[in-house]
Amino acid sequence: MREYQNRKNAQAKAYYSDRFYSAPPVPTTDVATDEVFAADLKSLESKFKIAKSYIQAGQMVLFINPEDIKAVMIHLKEELAYNFMSEMSAIDFLEKAGEFELFYQMLSMTKKKRLRVKFSIKEDQAVETISDVFSSANWAEREMFDMFGIIVNNHPYLKRLIMPEDWNSYPLLKTYPLIGDEAGQWYEIDTIFGKEHRAVVGPEIRDTKRVDAKDTTQFARVRHEVPYGEAPSSKPTNYAQFQEDGGVPLITKFNGEQKTLKDRK
Amino acid sequence: MQTPNRLKPFYENLVFEKEGNQMIVNFGPQHPSAHGQLRLILELDGEQVVKAVPDVGYLHRGMEKMAENMIYNEYLPTTDRMDYIAAASNNYGFALAVERLLDIEGEVPRRAEVIRVMLLELNRIISHLFWLATHALDVGAMSVFLFCFREREFAMDLMEDYCGARLTHSAIRIGGVPLDLPSDWIDNLHKFITKMPENIADYEGLLTENRIWKMRLEDVGTLSTEEAMSWGCSGPTLRGSGVAWDIRKEEPYGIYDELDFKVPVSDKGDSYGRYKLYMEEMQQSVEILHQTIPLYKKSPHGLMAKVPQYVSATKEELMTDNFALMQHFVLVTQGMRPPVGEVYVATESPKGELGFYINSQGDPYPYRLKVRAPSFFHTALLQEILVGTYLADVVTIIGNLNIVFGEIDR
Repeated sequence: MREYQNRKNAQAKAYYSDRFYSAPPVPTTDVATDEVFAADLKSLESKFKIAKSYIQAGQMVLFINPEDIKAVMIHLKEELAYNFMSEMSAIDFLEKAGEFELFYQMLSMTKKKRLRVKFSIKEDQAVETISDVFSSANWAEREMFDMFGIIVNNHPYLKRLIMPEDWNSYPLLKTYPLIGDEAGQWYEIDTIFGKEHRAVVGPEIRDTKRVDAKDTTQFARVRHEVPYGEAPSSKPTNYAQFQEDGGVPLITKFNGEQKTLKDRK
Repeated sequence: MQTPNRLKPFYENLVFEKEGNQMIVNFGPQHPSAHGQLRLILELDGEQVVKAVPDVGYLHRGMEKMAENMIYNEYLPTTDRMDYIAAASNNYGFALAVERLLDIEGEVPRRAEVIRVMLLELNRIISHLFWLATHALDVGAMSVFLFCFREREFAMDLMEDYCGARLTHSAIRIGGVPLDLPSDWIDNLHKFITKMPENIADYEGLLTENRIWKMRLEDVGTLSTEEAMSWGCSGPTLRGSGVAWDIRKEEPYGIYDELDFKVPVSDKGDSYGRYKLYMEEMQQSVEILHQTIPLYKKSPHGLMAKVPQYVSATKEELMTDNFALMQHFVLVTQGMRPPVGEVYVATESPKGELGFYINSQGDPYPYRLKVRAPSFFHTALLQEILVGTYLADVVTIIGNLNIVFGEIDR
């Protein structure tokens, strides 16, 4: 894939927003309200700097320093019985804050509790691998590298996992285009007609949701279809015939009794 | 390097080393036993695997990217295409995550909860039957494949009667279920689940004491408890290594806390133990389905949560109440706007822990959606578990781990 024109944020936007509506936050509670989490937090705070902590949707969320991640994971695994790392990945906040937010979803099967460890890193900052603490991070970190381009230090095999190795850019960045190779949209016009016809034919339409009301070759009002190339007409036409109206019957002789399996079991 | 000539043609998938017994085999991505598009680069010493490198991504459709550009309801049919063998569990995982984000979990009507559990457990049987069929076929038991697919067909008929689709159900929606059960569905379900234990006994009669089956599965793909925990294994793969962890039991969602079922565990850690466990899980799903029938009959009418801000009203209300229609129009064209925050919800899919992480910034589109697919971690495990096994066991282990590529590549 070639380089593409950089956008700040290619994500779909709501085309209408009520200016008096602001979405409420998901309710959060203090960690002290849950005994188990409070004890875990106390144990962690004695060793590491916890910037922020709260309970949201029944799970504790902790914000730590990026440098501490490995030590925190070892502490969680060996001291606090959080011995299962369900998932880890990143969130792209580059446009808003110039940083990625990483989350590690932990589970303790003995305490039946889940917590999420989070921290932010700058765009060009690398993180330390935890794949030697939890092997499940091996592929999760590779996937994160593949999707966001975040370098993971000391990873045993940091190679693109899902995308091809020669792929340009990282798909889950908000700057990544939704319509693919931009240079490719002129390819057919350039090769068939020549570059000078770009203005005549126009770019290839790649917005899959685009519907042109005046486009009678691709779309027409039902029962207002006109022959190829003609102007749209407001008069109803009879080009489309429906079975219900006595038009083309789809099945002429249908014997429902004969073909239905009444009892299969 | 190979030097091809007329006597020694060029082998695309083989690299012969002159010294020693080393050979590199390129297993897949088009291999009938790879269960999808798995490419496995195996380094062999004789017949023994020295190194295995799984290569995935041939079915990548960018589902997490798609989620960021779709409204929540629009994304629901996409989740069908992840674990396409058990689409209802994906629908449910996503719907439950959104419901927890919206804090409307308690609003889902009782009848909808019962129907959801019915669909989930029926889907679990379908998925396990598919697993047994293909796994037995890989190992060489053709007749089991035919038996399993027959019963799976009956279960899929039930699915089809309910929602019209056989694989991609989209039958569980955010806030409830779209339809009530058809009139004779309960009778058909009852017929199916009373027959099912006999069928399971048939499969077990064909396999459990079968000499070849035991030779191919016993002590193959042995996974210790520590390994299973560290590699993020879940579901039957984790329970096969002696960890009694079933999210339905330990962190009950829906009506699972009212249902009486056992969580089978095998402490052997090998493929045969996991096979026994799958059979027992099918039995337990049948038990659960038996219990849901009276619950359904007792449940009051009502299928979708009544939260006009997030969930459209019923069809009758839309046709009679103008304001409900206006709200419906806004929900369909613009989508719901959930609160700002994040949520991670794990459910027990037939394959293991299926988790949905949603980060919402208050827009109709999720800011980030991460799918924690169980098969993804089970595929990562291959590079560890295959080392030291024989080439013939590779197929057994891949089949036994029950991986589905729709949810690995997403």
